[in-house]
Amino acid sequence: MCLAVPGKVLDIEERDGTRMATVDFGGVVKEVCLEYVPDLKVGEYAIVHVGFALQRLDEESARHTLALFEELGLLQEEFGDPWEAAAAPEGWDGPGGTPPAVRNDGAREASR
Amino acid sequence: MKYLEEFQNPELARRLLDEIRATATRPWALMEVCGGQTHTIIRHGIDQLLPDQVELIHGPGCPVCVTPLEVIDKALEIASRPDVIFCSFGDMLRVPGSDRDLFQVRGHGGDVRVVYSPLDALKIAQQNPDREVVFFGIGFETTAPPNAMTVHQARKLGIPNFSMLVSHVRVPPAIEAIMTSPSCRVQAFLAAGHVCSVMGMGEYPELADRFQVPIVVTGFEPLDILEGIRRTVRQLERGEHTVDNAYPRAVRSEGNPAAQAMLADVFEVTDRAWRGIGTIPASGWRLSERYRDFDAEYRFSVGGITTREPAACRSGEVLQGLIKPHECEAFGTTCTPRSPLGATMVSSEGACAAYYLYRRLGVTPTPQEASPVA
Amino acid sequence: MPDTKHPTPGGPTPADRGLPTVDISGWTCPTPLRDQPRVVMGHGGGGALSAELVQQIFAPAFGGEILAQLGDSAAVSLGGVRLAFTTDSYVVRPLFFPGGCIGDLAVNGTVNDLAMSGARAAYLSCGFILEEGVEMPVVAGVADAMGAAARAAGVEVATGDTKVVEAGHGDGVYLNTAGIGLIPPGVDLRPQRVVPGDVVIVSGDIGLHGVAIMSVREGLEFGVEIESDCAALGGLVESMLAVTPDLHVLRDPTRGGLAAALCEIATASCTGIVVQERAIPVPSAVANACAILGLDPMYVANEGKLVAFVPREHADAVLDAMRAHPLGAGAAIIGETVETHPGMVVARTPLGGTRVVDLPLGEQLPRIC
Repeated sequence: MCLAVPGKVLDIEERDGTRMATVDFGGVVKEVCLEYVPDLKVGEYAIVHVGFALQRLDEESARHTLALFEELGLLQEEFGDPWEAAAAPEGWDGPGGTPPAVRNDGAREASR
Repeated sequence: MKYLEEFQNPELARRLLDEIRATATRPWALMEVCGGQTHTIIRHGIDQLLPDQVELIHGPGCPVCVTPLEVIDKALEIASRPDVIFCSFGDMLRVPGSDRDLFQVRGHGGDVRVVYSPLDALKIAQQNPDREVVFFGIGFETTAPPNAMTVHQARKLGIPNFSMLVSHVRVPPAIEAIMTSPSCRVQAFLAAGHVCSVMGMGEYPELADRFQVPIVVTGFEPLDILEGIRRTVRQLERGEHTVDNAYPRAVRSEGNPAAQAMLADVFEVTDRAWRGIGTIPASGWRLSERYRDFDAEYRFSVGGITTREPAACRSGEVLQGLIKPHECEAFGTTCTPRSPLGATMVSSEGACAAYYLYRRLGVTPTPQEASPVA
Repeated sequence: MPDTKHPTPGGPTPADRGLPTVDISGWTCPTPLRDQPRVVMGHGGGGALSAELVQQIFAPAFGGEILAQLGDSAAVSLGGVRLAFTTDSYVVRPLFFPGGCIGDLAVNGTVNDLAMSGARAAYLSCGFILEEGVEMPVVAGVADAMGAAARAAGVEVATGDTKVVEAGHGDGVYLNTAGIGLIPPGVDLRPQRVVPGDVVIVSGDIGLHGVAIMSVREGLEFGVEIESDCAALGGLVESMLAVTPDLHVLRDPTRGGLAAALCEIATASCTGIVVQERAIPVPSAVANACAILGLDPMYVANEGKLVAFVPREHADAVLDAMRAHPLGAGAAIIGETVETHPGMVVARTPLGGTRVVDLPLGEQLPRIC
């Protein structure tokens, strides 16, 4: 149920009152419905599942994740676990404060 | 940034594997819920590369495996009608019903068509006004918004010859059912990343707390899977059980509000029978009353269906991680990919089909590339 | 248990007409879910179901040692001369697709089947089955394409036949072609010649034809700058045989893709095959189209490629000869044969993991899961 692929928006138009985009998947071009990510702009990337954009892909977040992978094993001796240092509850800013089940190790929020 | 190759980098994968190896000191059993994740794991041989202590139990995350037998039989009935064009995702064509599958319906003259998107089915309805077009709306929360929008469109554009046979399932109740099962061995979950892209992460902390299991939202590329496993094993080693987002580039804590709003309008929660597991309360979605006109179950009276599951099939126990596929008596004998008894042998992500491929490989593969070939 | 004595409801059975009956109970699975009293699309997919049909119905019905070898083309002897002889049918839909049409497929497909036996195609036959109502320009377009392909391949269409079926009983045009060619002396290409230690070479990018077809198929359409790789391989094969006639086996990975070709050869030769996934040349557009549809490029059809099993001592020279030919410019060594896991194909993934490559059941279907 989860085969969704990243695609880049080439252009956007209204069709039958529905926001549609032409999306490029690395050389493969397909029509995609943008109704669920209406503020997606040309040049941005989204996760696309069965012809629908479901979420914008955050480039900065992606780079951050890859950078942390790169640091694995290299910084361990000097700075301890780079993950603890960099990432507090990632993506969680739940209603009314941090729920007890979500880890809060007191580390600073990852800069975005 | 292309978002694909970067997350398939073999060198970074090796580092993640080394981290996992260094972190795991005891045996742990993790379950990945999503079939798409199972696919990546098998496709890249990730389960072969993990240290022995880390066991992956493939969960019921594939609509092929869990769509109730009764719904499959209804689909087969509708698809057999001469006035119907039955549209479906490719996954469902080989799923065995009580006595046949959609491929065989096609063999008997049924008009069964594979589509990539539910919107394609709507287009077919517009192009064939004198035929009834039915779309098989299965899937988890990832597929529900596209299906919901399609029904919404059908109503907006006034396409009377379109209807949807809906059988959606939800992940959180499945996790609950698995954890409350008496012989459950699962100690942590890799939550389905794209389900969370839609629904957000709000349903999981309560589960993590109640069952004392780490739940790590995980993506689908090899590095995403390894990272999800790494974070999960680390929590287990530390005795933690929190919800963690290992797929932040595509998952926000609040999910996609526009999609959630559409889901609330088009669908309503219902009890759902999961094939091989049983009925899980409030675990599914069906079309809401507002959209009853487009509900294929009401448009086509498909009554009098007696479902018949082969007695030998133990898919349910496999799906819950209670037994391994080769522990089933029918495995490899009366039940093979060519002649499956249950859905876990049909689906390429099904645990039984995956095991079937590997059991014939007598040699234990080594992680290094042993071949001298360039 | 379904009644297997009367497979065709209504009408006289073969027994009624005094014809020998084929006992299909041996291959009807004991579980009621999976017996196949009727033909399904998967039987034409080039995978396990197709093989089953041949092994369970056609081979027993026809008997014969040559057929039993189940090669794409047959090596036959006539009057002391060794010929390669083959036939193929073409039912592709749509008739015209990026990079070609059913006509090119038919000519090149048959030329290639003969080339896989080491033969240079000399003569083809062509049977047209036309659907009532199909427009003349369509028929002319197909015929023109066939003529052009035949001239390019240096082969002559020597004989043919035309039939017309009622509207609704065909897809516009179905083609059947048969071909013959001479097998050069010293050339013996068949899976049984493969031994552990052979090198596996593919002649170029895979997945182009299948993706080109899918891109214009209803319900799946997408835009892509991919054309079918449909081409005649006779010249490429000749340049390879010029290095050494002692190649072991050649196969064109059509239906079922590279995976099916490797699986068939592994089974027929009783050797194991190991391939390095990252050595398999897959163009990024093919990889991306497959990613969207959830398909594996190894199972996607090719119409202008071959895979060769070459004795190790000749591998480098054969590779150089292939790369010097326009249709082999992208040739690459992708694996080798081994003694372990005989009959199985194993792929080393880019991550260093292992996966078993199995024969596809029927057609590969797009998935969402």
